[in-house]
Amino acid sequence: MAAFKLPKYAAMLVMAVFTLYFLTPLWWLFIASGKKDGQVTEGHALLPDNFALGENLSDLFRYNDGIFLRWMANSIAYTVGAAAIGTLLAGMCGYALAKYVFRGRELLFNIVLGGVLVPATALALPLFLMFSKVSLANTFWAVFLPSLVNPFGVYLGRIYAAASVPDELMEAARIDGSSEVRTFFTLSVRLMAPAFVTIFLFHFVAVWNNFMLPLIMLGNERLFPVTLGLYSWNTQVNQHPELRALVLVGAFVSLAPMVIAFLSLQRFWRSGLGAGSIK
Amino acid sequence: MRFRARSIAILLMSTLSITACSSSNSDDSATGTTGAAASCAPSSGPVTLTYTTWIPNIEKVVDVWNKANPDIQVKVQTGPNGNGGTYANFFNQLKAGNAPDLGHIEYDALPSFRVQDGLADLGGCDIVSQSKDKFVDWTWNQVTFGEEGHVYGIPQDAGPMALFYRKDLFEKNNIPVPTTWAEYATAAEKVKAAGGYITNFSQSDINQFAGFVWQAGGHWFGNDGTNWTVSMADDATKKVADYWQGLLDKKLVSSVPPWTPEWDNAYNSSSAWTWVSAVWGANSISSGAPKTSGKWAVAPMPQWTAGDKAAGNWGGSSTAVFKSSKHPYEAAKFALWLNTSTEALTLLNKEANLYPATKEGASLPALKEGVAFYGNQPIYDVFAEASTQVKADFTWGPTMTKTYTDASDGFKKAVTGQETLLKALQDAQASTITTLKSQSIPVKE
Repeated sequence: MAAFKLPKYAAMLVMAVFTLYFLTPLWWLFIASGKKDGQVTEGHALLPDNFALGENLSDLFRYNDGIFLRWMANSIAYTVGAAAIGTLLAGMCGYALAKYVFRGRELLFNIVLGGVLVPATALALPLFLMFSKVSLANTFWAVFLPSLVNPFGVYLGRIYAAASVPDELMEAARIDGSSEVRTFFTLSVRLMAPAFVTIFLFHFVAVWNNFMLPLIMLGNERLFPVTLGLYSWNTQVNQHPELRALVLVGAFVSLAPMVIAFLSLQRFWRSGLGAGSIK
Repeated sequence: MRFRARSIAILLMSTLSITACSSSNSDDSATGTTGAAASCAPSSGPVTLTYTTWIPNIEKVVDVWNKANPDIQVKVQTGPNGNGGTYANFFNQLKAGNAPDLGHIEYDALPSFRVQDGLADLGGCDIVSQSKDKFVDWTWNQVTFGEEGHVYGIPQDAGPMALFYRKDLFEKNNIPVPTTWAEYATAAEKVKAAGGYITNFSQSDINQFAGFVWQAGGHWFGNDGTNWTVSMADDATKKVADYWQGLLDKKLVSSVPPWTPEWDNAYNSSSAWTWVSAVWGANSISSGAPKTSGKWAVAPMPQWTAGDKAAGNWGGSSTAVFKSSKHPYEAAKFALWLNTSTEALTLLNKEANLYPATKEGASLPALKEGVAFYGNQPIYDVFAEASTQVKADFTWGPTMTKTYTDASDGFKKAVTGQETLLKALQDAQASTITTLKSQSIPVKE
């Protein structure tokens, strides 16, 4: 047995090193966001020193009539809304492509897959010109509508539907007189639940981190998501150094929703990845 | 973070140049055509204007205007700074037809908007042409490009340069405060002997270097009414480049990347002793180097010839009216109030640390006070004088974002000894000419 223990410890050691590697920047951010007046070079970099996190937080929430909280709310609205609807659309589309045979199915699927290859950044400017034509630029919809689309989610949806929804079950539902739509919502959605969580998480992360689209679309600070808001502060740190502390503590606070989403959904996610890997 | 901002700026600018190519065929404005300025008639009835800027807390200033002017309401929008995305957005919006009425544009970016014919010519507005004398001469030239009867923006703030220095360390080591660049080089040796660096040479603030060249009488760009000329290695520039090259070669200046915690630390830990910088730099030092409070002072910029009185400028911006605005008269009226009235200038200075571009602005009460961080010296008196000594004939090119990037790529090599500053500037000139040609902007070689 002793011979087997060594590799296990070695594996743990490697894991520990990597954990440390990934957590150190986060720890640094935590310490830095607590520094008084954003003096990151003052005192120790990785130990609480001049710690004034509470003060920084209240500065952050008060600055410019609490614009930061507004940005957080915007981010959550864009992200949760788009991820929820986008997941449903992608899941339905993937399901249809997996379970129904029709002409042009593969062509359609390949076109959608091609969409994965087009970087969202490249689409931002054309989208801006289109949204300007219909007078929707610089509105909530300018960011929300394009965020609904998720070709990678369609791909995942198809793989999971093929793997987790047996044709026999659908056949049985049909014989019992269930319509296709009803079969989807009562039967398939449950079987595909882990897949939906996976797609939701991927989509959530993608929309949360989408930066170029709001940068180009939005001119009104009150519509900004938190990423763009923090960025716009950060561009002014040179001439307005008082913003540095706000950028640091704001970056730290803006991590929270992402952490919550992952911690609460990771259980489903893991089983979803597992289900996809068997077939 | 600077790198990220920069790569985004480049990305945005490259999408820009695509739109630029497609629209500049029939566009002779690139050459600054002379002709009658657009009419400037007041609109009838109440007007709502949109104004995009990145000045922090600008809402407080605009509120004052809105309360006093119910018929000209201004809606303000803020976002990232110009090169951080707002300029690219302006260009996109001009193309899509939904640009704001007014925009915040730095002096060095104004020509790129002029070349794209995005700016309303306010030369025909009486209220604008009558305000000429309110502004410091050189700031007025920055918004007219020297064209008689044409005005493409209202000067907002200025960045006259001076010498920030560690008074305590200079006194302790018996080093006289340099008044000429030759004395500055001598002082550099003494500072090195005392264990410090006289300053940090910035490898990426090309506009600071341009400020040095501006003071020395150099001209990087010119426009004869038809063609642009680029001369980033003229005699004055050569003199400045050789001077700093000498300091770099002798390792008398450090070359930490600017605006980083490491750079702040060099000042905070007293290893860098001076900084030749703009008026707004006063805040950068006081927030970056809090441990050195009370030990700094400000003196006029060192001169090339003893007894001369010349200063450079670094930064500064204007409030421009876009060509698509339906209310240029009202927009100009607001921009004039924002940038000349004592109440607005006082607020802008208080909320955003802007240094006014008007002659009277220099005597705002807040700019007459001693500043504790600088040993209670009334430092703004030095900058007020410097502002009057900035030469009026320095012109920016129409593709400064790209030019800055090219020059700074070369400067980065120069500070590590791979090439010289002069070579970097010559290369930047060549690639600037290429960029101008690729955008169909006429250029004479």
